[in-house]
Amino acid sequence: MTDIVTKGLSPQEASARVQASLKQRRQKERRFRRLGLAAVLLALTFLAVLFTGILSKGLPGMFQYYVKLDVELDRARLDPLGDLSDASLYSGDAEAMILESALLTVDGEGGRKVKKTLRKMVSSGSAIRLIDFVKSHPELLGTRQQIKFAVDDDIDSFLRGFIQRDTPAKDRRIDDLTIEIVDKWESKGLISYELSDYLFFGSASRDAEMAGIKGALIGSLLTLAICISIAFPLGVAAAVYLEELAPKNRWTELIEININNLAAVPSVVFGIMGLAIFIVTFGMPRSVPLVGGVVLALMTLPTIIISSRAAIRAVPPSIRDAALGIGASKMQVIFHHVIPLAMPGMLTGTIIGMAQALGETAPLLMIGMVAFIVDIPGGFTDPATVLPVQIFMWADFAERMFIQKTSAAILVLLAFLVTMNAAAIALRKKLERRW
Amino acid sequence: MAFSYLLFIVLGIGLLFYVAASRRVSRARMYGSRFHSLPGYYGLWAGILAAVPSTLLLVVWSLIDIQLFQHWVRDFYPAEILLAGGSQEIVALAKVENLVSGIRFGEPEPWLVQASEAWLGWAETSTLAKTVVVLGVSFCLGFLGFRKIDPEFRARNAVERIFSWALISASTIAILTTIGIVLSVLFETIRFFQLVPPTEFIFGTEWNPQFEGAERAGSGGGDAKYGMLPMFAGTFLISAIAIIVAVPVGLASAIYLAEYATRKVRSTIKPLLEILAGVPTVVYGFFAALTVAPAIKGIGESLGLSVASESALAAGLVMGVMIIPFVSSLSDDVINAVPQSLRDAALGLGSTKSETTRQVVLPAALPGIVAAIILAVSRAVGETMIVVMAAGLAANLSFNPLDAVTTVTSQIVTILVGDQEFESAKTLSAFALSTMLIILTLGLNFFALQIVKKYREQYD
Repeated sequence: MTDIVTKGLSPQEASARVQASLKQRRQKERRFRRLGLAAVLLALTFLAVLFTGILSKGLPGMFQYYVKLDVELDRARLDPLGDLSDASLYSGDAEAMILESALLTVDGEGGRKVKKTLRKMVSSGSAIRLIDFVKSHPELLGTRQQIKFAVDDDIDSFLRGFIQRDTPAKDRRIDDLTIEIVDKWESKGLISYELSDYLFFGSASRDAEMAGIKGALIGSLLTLAICISIAFPLGVAAAVYLEELAPKNRWTELIEININNLAAVPSVVFGIMGLAIFIVTFGMPRSVPLVGGVVLALMTLPTIIISSRAAIRAVPPSIRDAALGIGASKMQVIFHHVIPLAMPGMLTGTIIGMAQALGETAPLLMIGMVAFIVDIPGGFTDPATVLPVQIFMWADFAERMFIQKTSAAILVLLAFLVTMNAAAIALRKKLERRW
Repeated sequence: MAFSYLLFIVLGIGLLFYVAASRRVSRARMYGSRFHSLPGYYGLWAGILAAVPSTLLLVVWSLIDIQLFQHWVRDFYPAEILLAGGSQEIVALAKVENLVSGIRFGEPEPWLVQASEAWLGWAETSTLAKTVVVLGVSFCLGFLGFRKIDPEFRARNAVERIFSWALISASTIAILTTIGIVLSVLFETIRFFQLVPPTEFIFGTEWNPQFEGAERAGSGGGDAKYGMLPMFAGTFLISAIAIIVAVPVGLASAIYLAEYATRKVRSTIKPLLEILAGVPTVVYGFFAALTVAPAIKGIGESLGLSVASESALAAGLVMGVMIIPFVSSLSDDVINAVPQSLRDAALGLGSTKSETTRQVVLPAALPGIVAAIILAVSRAVGETMIVVMAAGLAANLSFNPLDAVTTVTSQIVTILVGDQEFESAKTLSAFALSTMLIILTLGLNFFALQIVKKYREQYD
């Protein structure tokens, strides 16, 4: 027989006390859990707000307003030399002809004031547009054609409702006469709202209605091409050396510390290095994709090395042993077995690194890729800008329409990034092997 | 573009030697010769010899010749430019280079025409010599490699030795980059400290850089003030706001995802949160400047507060959102690394899940979580575009989140974007700021690693 010590609480009392505290503890448990859920939801809300904000501004930015004008394609005036050469077309009278067609839409009435207003209402790039039209359709010369021209950015903002009709005229960016003419155009059905061709085929411009991202997009692609052709081979080679060949010594340790440190260095510092070394010391030109690509390659190298090392480490040692066992040399093991098997992981890391490089702005500002460049770059040593820098520059412009253009450019950039990341995930799913 | 043509030709020559050498060996093997290595290795040996040294020569030559021209062209400068030195010379050089690439502004001065003609002459000679030498080296070495083919020659060993050297040199690029970063900021920083005493820079509370002749002469006078404290205060303020946003949200999400969420929920939410880290910073900057800052100003004014239109709060909040995934992903990994046996033991003693998490899992994961937070701070300190676009440039020494402040990174960008005069204290100050920024971020990184190393609990 054992004596049960009956000092202290009786079982009933203890149970009651536990029951009482249990209720409190369960409540705490629920609160803790809800707190966690709330944090997740809050983070997802931030994501949703960010994306709806960009989508709601960016999608309308893909479109813009055009006005349809009937232009008499008079051969003598458009092409005075008659050979359709640039020299001839640009010495022609395209601008005046557009103005005349615009005057027709207000029934030809009006004096200098109307003319002056009309000149401001049609985009200043219209003459070039007319010349391009003639160049691509020379057979239509001498006929009368309806051609779409972009309206000036203030008119565009007015049609979108950003410039209010009932604001007093002196506070508005456009005067009453302009509004009158816009109303006339609208009632005649001359105004159309269409996918903006300037956005995708135009280059940088101070005029919001003509600004486009083509040049920046090509600049980005050229820069990425340099970046990937430097960073991928170097990154893979460094990873292979560190995983497969490097002896465990001071030197290897130093390399590893350096890689980790480089991963932590702010990106703007890589830009400063690019400025000081490539531009000032080596005398390479500013604003070119070559230098931008090299700087971004050095910046993404740690990402690629770290993920490639992880991929190499995941290749089981048995494969190396088997290859060595049947007489392969160390290098043959690496090049015939380890690298091919680790390739999906390496490629995934590279794509993620490239996505990082595509979205990077600060280092490229340092090496002068922020210049205002109208020409579309044709090579690695032509001055260029890239998409994120273009976004940065447009964000600074005051015209209302640039906000839409900026948001549309952001959408294009995000579309590229999403595609690249999705490709990385798909690649990983498809090719990754588990041993 | 002599460079790219030459590059292609050299690579073509390499390919030619590869094919020739490997075919020669495979034919000889058909007639019964016993070679040490497979034919491909002889091909690689000859091909590498033909292509690689000549390509390196080409690159080095192309980098050096412009340097030489820039040096030689100084003989043409009029005496007064040489006497004035510094920026005058840089302008003169730019003029010459413009003329060389065919850009004319009005009627160039006679010395400019002479200089650019001489330059063009040098360029022509250099291109010709480069072509002859590079192609010569390529052919000679390729031929030597080809001559060496012999059944006794151990081509595989030779090629593998070359490969392993290539791999070693690839891995040193990390060290070279670090050296490059250090050198590129070090010299300019030292020059800056010759103009402005380090104590004034480090402890100064006023920041007002100017292009003044006075401080170039070393007197440090004039209106220019180079005290870095306002910028570091601004950086600190914005990072603190970001951390106040990111740590609770990120940590709580990590705990929820690691401890409560089902596998399926976790595998959808985690990548979604990581999208936040993948959005380019320029997009955040645009969002902060266009949406968040006006909203905060509006709310603040309706409460009767005076809010700067580029307030630290807007930049900090948006930056906080950006670094949520850094905190949550890293903490999530650390929490998952806590062994299940600890949780089982705590649950077995009757504690609830939240008690287990708070009293067992979190203390065990704490060093890792602290390291994650420090890494997030380092990310916030180095972040550039959000502050450039949303935080303004006013160097106020203020800890009020509703004021406009400026940060180290945004000052660096503002000073170095566009044309610089490498002689002025203003430009040099950007390099001094970068040095401080590098020291700060690397210090934070080092600190985080030390914490992980020192306090890591070893289980099993």
